[in-house]
Amino acid sequence: MKKSGAQIVLQSLQIEGVKAVFGYPGGAVINLYDEMPHHQFTHYLVRHEQAAVHAADGYARATGEVGVALVTSGPGATNTVTGLATAYMDSIPLVVFTGQVPTGLIGNDAFQEADIVGITRQCTKHNFLVKDVCDLARIIKEAFHIARTGRPGPVLVDLPKDVLVATTTFEYPETVQLRGYNPTYEGHPGQIRRAVKILLKAKRPLFYVGGGAILDDAAAPLTALATRLRVPVTTTLMGLGAFPEDDDLSLGMLGMHGTYRANMAVTESDVMVAIGARFDDRVTGRIDEFAPGAKIIHIDIDPTSISKNVKVDIPIVGGVRDTLEKILVQVEELSDEAAEFAAGHDDWLARIAKWRELHKLAYIQDDVIKPQYVIERICEMTRGRDPIISTEVGQNQMWAAQFFQFTRPRTWLSSGGLGTMGYGFPAAIGAQVAFPDRLVFDIAGDGSIQMNIQELATAVQYNLPVKVIILNNGYLGMVRQWQELFFRKHYSSTEMAVAPDFVKLAEAYGAIGLRATHPREVVPVLEQVLAADRPVFADFVIAREENVYPMVPAGEPISNMLLV
Amino acid sequence: MRHVIGVLVENEFGVLSRISGLFSGRGFNIESLSVAETDDPRLSHMTIVTRGDDQIIEQITKQLNKLVNVLKVVDFTETDHVSRGMMLVKIAAEGAKRVELLSIVEVFRARVIDLSPRAMIVEVTGTDSKLHAFLETAVSFGIKDISRTGMVAMTRDGAPKARAGAQVRAA
Repeated sequence: MKKSGAQIVLQSLQIEGVKAVFGYPGGAVINLYDEMPHHQFTHYLVRHEQAAVHAADGYARATGEVGVALVTSGPGATNTVTGLATAYMDSIPLVVFTGQVPTGLIGNDAFQEADIVGITRQCTKHNFLVKDVCDLARIIKEAFHIARTGRPGPVLVDLPKDVLVATTTFEYPETVQLRGYNPTYEGHPGQIRRAVKILLKAKRPLFYVGGGAILDDAAAPLTALATRLRVPVTTTLMGLGAFPEDDDLSLGMLGMHGTYRANMAVTESDVMVAIGARFDDRVTGRIDEFAPGAKIIHIDIDPTSISKNVKVDIPIVGGVRDTLEKILVQVEELSDEAAEFAAGHDDWLARIAKWRELHKLAYIQDDVIKPQYVIERICEMTRGRDPIISTEVGQNQMWAAQFFQFTRPRTWLSSGGLGTMGYGFPAAIGAQVAFPDRLVFDIAGDGSIQMNIQELATAVQYNLPVKVIILNNGYLGMVRQWQELFFRKHYSSTEMAVAPDFVKLAEAYGAIGLRATHPREVVPVLEQVLAADRPVFADFVIAREENVYPMVPAGEPISNMLLV
Repeated sequence: MRHVIGVLVENEFGVLSRISGLFSGRGFNIESLSVAETDDPRLSHMTIVTRGDDQIIEQITKQLNKLVNVLKVVDFTETDHVSRGMMLVKIAAEGAKRVELLSIVEVFRARVIDLSPRAMIVEVTGTDSKLHAFLETAVSFGIKDISRTGMVAMTRDGAPKARAGAQVRAA
């Protein structure tokens, strides 16, 4: 029996095991929506297409599965660009379907036409325009394959209206044949041997762990290896959760707002193993003074990440999990050397412990609510309950990264590479869809939350009890902080002079609105937040000019930190 | 340093734009680019002439390899190869000047392919430096128009195999 393009798309999604689609209908995809009730996944109607992509992204980060979004042509498609670029920078597997005008009208400036394949070529891992319904099933298969394999990323599939209407026999391919695409999962054995040899000779070893360890589900071998060899671990913003931060070997995050001990350990290390990390400028600061005395071993599935920003001594192109497991095997084989090595850098660990005592992450909680205090309380009050934390971008994001203790992978959802304000709330919605019974927080600022605040309606409609913590200082705080420190306190356009009453706003949408204005109200309000069975906006009126410290001024070596 | 890079791509909609977009988006420069279908109509071959230090060239070849539609990347510069470009030059040539120009055309083993009362069109094929040398010589006559292809290149038979761009296929 022949099937229409619309039916083929929906059945393919079913075969791919898709359980949730975040979308927004329109003329070009109306045939798809017409067929939708006959299929088993749930469609979540967002209030803006950007949020559909972020929600799919949050779903993907929390589950490890491919997130799926569906939007119409023209403005629906262009609204996905920020979401795609966000996922692309952080290597998040997504398949985004966009409607398109009928093939015969493409290029004619038709109503709601946009060349979305052209527009998104540089912010997707790959994209497709389907010109013939006979190619549709194969292209969807390839799209999911490309999105989830190798270095993951977003893939866009553009669906002209006539392709959705046309019919053909449906057969979903079993396998994918892409001659030009063949990711390397297994690291070169010789390189791995050389890496182990160099590592076991180190006196001041360090693991520098990025988002690749999360994406490749490598937390277990990473923790086993670090513990076995007593190697301290620092993670990037994207790597939070890959290694338990309550372990003595954890140095917390490194970089511009990293901990003192992490940045000092990088600076003094003699062998650094970069694991699924890409030497981003917010991590390295001034690049020629980053780990200046270290031999660098770099494990990454993407060869372009290697020797892009820093010269690497031992590159290993391969999957993080597979490579770490192979290193573990070799370490077991060299058990005498490994034991000697593990016991041989006590003075290094002692030095790190001293740094920890010298400059802890700190703040002073006086009679105004401090944002760090709110984060610490959330962390303590949810301990053992495996919460998921998403964030917006700016000070809220950095305080969450610093003061929440992450111990498990896929519990931290944050736009690291692109730094997208407005990411956190829809991402939290996506995560809550995936895990209806877990606690899902969005740590927000009063600026960021307003960038996708319309999604409150989505959260209420689907009864997703996302907890939005607004750290409200009335400023675009991170920019204000830069203006304070580097631009003579010239607060140009960073004061949010008008903002809605977030409590009333939440109530207007049918959600719960709460507010705390004094430190003693923080815990009671958080108790209400935790008890809520509906979406909550909790407005914490915080110290207006609190800064994020430590801070490495842009372009300086990371050992040059402004401390509290 | 100048590098001549060969890229075998799937002959698909938008593939040229993917490649040129990669170069512009990442700030790599393209000196010339030529592209045409191969004997297999599903594939196209591109020759890209670019400049950069070793690190940049390494990034260029790796990034090219990473594109899903790219099947093979070869940096010809590292191997024994031949390269050629072609150009058409319309040169002012009246009266006695013509004879002089024709002798130059002969020295460069170029060909006159069109002649009119005031100008001739010359077809020149050769390496980049030969094309450049011809232009330098012809300039005193008055060049009225130039149309030039990008370079195409090929490894010499029996030459050590060109190193395929990056050592490994891209993720």
